Amino acid sequence: MASDPNQQTERHGWKWLLSAPALIVLVLAASGPLMIVVLYSFLTPGNMGGVAWEFSTDAWFRVFFRRDIFDPDNVTVNQAHLAVLWRSVWLSAQTTVICAVLGFPTAWFIATRPPSQRTVWLFLITIPFWTNLLIRTFAIQEMLRNNGTINTALMWLGVINEPIPMMFTDFAVLLGMAYVFMPLMVLPLYAAMDKMDFRLVEAGYDLYASRMAVLRHVILPLVKPGFIAGSILVFIPSIGAYVTPRVLGGGQKMMLGNLIALQFGQGRNWPLGAALAMVLLIITITALVLYLRAVNRQEAKRDG
Amino acid sequence: MARQFSITRLPGFGAIAVLTFVLLYLPIIILVVFSFNANQSQSIWGGFSLRWYEAAFQNQQVRDVSIRSLWLALVASGIATVLATLAALGTTRVSRFKGQTVIYALINQPLMVPEVVTGIALLIVVAFLKVQTGYTGMGYLVLAHTAFCIPFAYLPIRARLETMDHTLEQAAADLYASHFKAFRYITLPLLVPGILAGFMLGFVVSLDTVVITEFVKSAGQDTLPTYMLGQLRRAVTPEMNAIATLFLALSLCVVTLFFIVTSKRG
Repeated sequence: MASDPNQQTERHGWKWLLSAPALIVLVLAASGPLMIVVLYSFLTPGNMGGVAWEFSTDAWFRVFFRRDIFDPDNVTVNQAHLAVLWRSVWLSAQTTVICAVLGFPTAWFIATRPPSQRTVWLFLITIPFWTNLLIRTFAIQEMLRNNGTINTALMWLGVINEPIPMMFTDFAVLLGMAYVFMPLMVLPLYAAMDKMDFRLVEAGYDLYASRMAVLRHVILPLVKPGFIAGSILVFIPSIGAYVTPRVLGGGQKMMLGNLIALQFGQGRNWPLGAALAMVLLIITITALVLYLRAVNRQEAKRDG
Repeated sequence: MARQFSITRLPGFGAIAVLTFVLLYLPIIILVVFSFNANQSQSIWGGFSLRWYEAAFQNQQVRDVSIRSLWLALVASGIATVLATLAALGTTRVSRFKGQTVIYALINQPLMVPEVVTGIALLIVVAFLKVQTGYTGMGYLVLAHTAFCIPFAYLPIRARLETMDHTLEQAAADLYASHFKAFRYITLPLLVPGILAGFMLGFVVSLDTVVITEFVKSAGQDTLPTYMLGQLRRAVTPEMNAIATLFLALSLCVVTLFFIVTSKRG
């Protein structure tokens, strides 16, 4: 009777209710508040932070444009906001590329170790992923400071006389993000290589393909899904980064996350902060949708 | 003598891989090494000493924020694990039903939405509730961390449920065990590794969460990460390295345990 195929379909009528407590917590502390952010982006800023309950599209307007204080008809593009927006996208794209360039050989190295050693190498990649992001950012700060490891070493070696200022630059933010998000690129790449049929590589060599040709025409197409997954896994936390640009970029090299936080702190413009948060969310969702479409296309190609 | 031709060799890849591993670990190793430095510097070695650990242990504020962090991580991941276990039982091994996608989307939302967006969303709600109710306790942080931990706890539990052997439960049912008894004596014991893994993931995630805490906390509710974030703006001493090293050691222990528990499956 236990093998009655109807038993499972019979149960699900009430079974989903088991997830109700988790869903209540998530609605209270995740999706509910998110809906309120949408609402707040259409309100008027209050005097001391907060909002006044008056409908306005001004926050969304201010994300991209600014009005002259003395001449309200004089509308110009909001250079400061667009600069932060552009920096966020550009730094995230660069982070993704750096992670891919270093991550691909690393994943290949792990995938081609004897099976008994692979677990150890994988563990070594996973550890940094599970250690605190703030601590890893702090470790990079220690390297880059004026009296940090790199400058001290270079001065000791006599290469430079004056420390090279590296903190609070785009370079510092880029390095920090590539450092903290690297495992997110290596792991999916490794997963793709692990599933790869190495006989195809062998077949390529049997047909007198050069290493370059095998890499381009056999290996890269086979691990493409890993590249796509890794890129999205690196790009999404990069575009939403807050801690790394705050510590390594400071007030000058802000990213979108910091600009959003600023509106809820000194900026005291909650609706603008809410609108900027929606912009960040839209970029994230767009990246996810593009990713899902790429995955579907890959699958269609494989099946077809 | 010609080297044997290897199909897995690609020139330069080994070197880049080694470089990547060195780059990943060097900053952390340097951070740990200088936590044992005898002098004030974080880049010039002045001999071995435990003085910064002593300083960290005697720092009342560091003790307070550490205890608060551990307490919060235990409570939040504990609640999240119970809720995630229930949710996993409710959403796996059932035929597709209406609203299933909605449930998945809700559960995974904290993974998809950037933390800073979740942070300000919670800030808005919490600020409102604080004014309305006058309550400013740890409840907000517990709720926020619990919600954030649920997807992390849910994933390994669901994975365990899906790969579990169904025949044992069917055998129990054949032997006239009630639903509850079958769950208590068959399903639950089989599920324990998944539940443990989920709890440990949640614990590490809560311990690491800095952005959400930063926006939700009231005055005097700093956790270890938000305390460190605040301190990083100032000129820091190796005391910070010592705190970071201890924190790192704790995470490492939990992650190692996690690997042991999950690799034993099946």
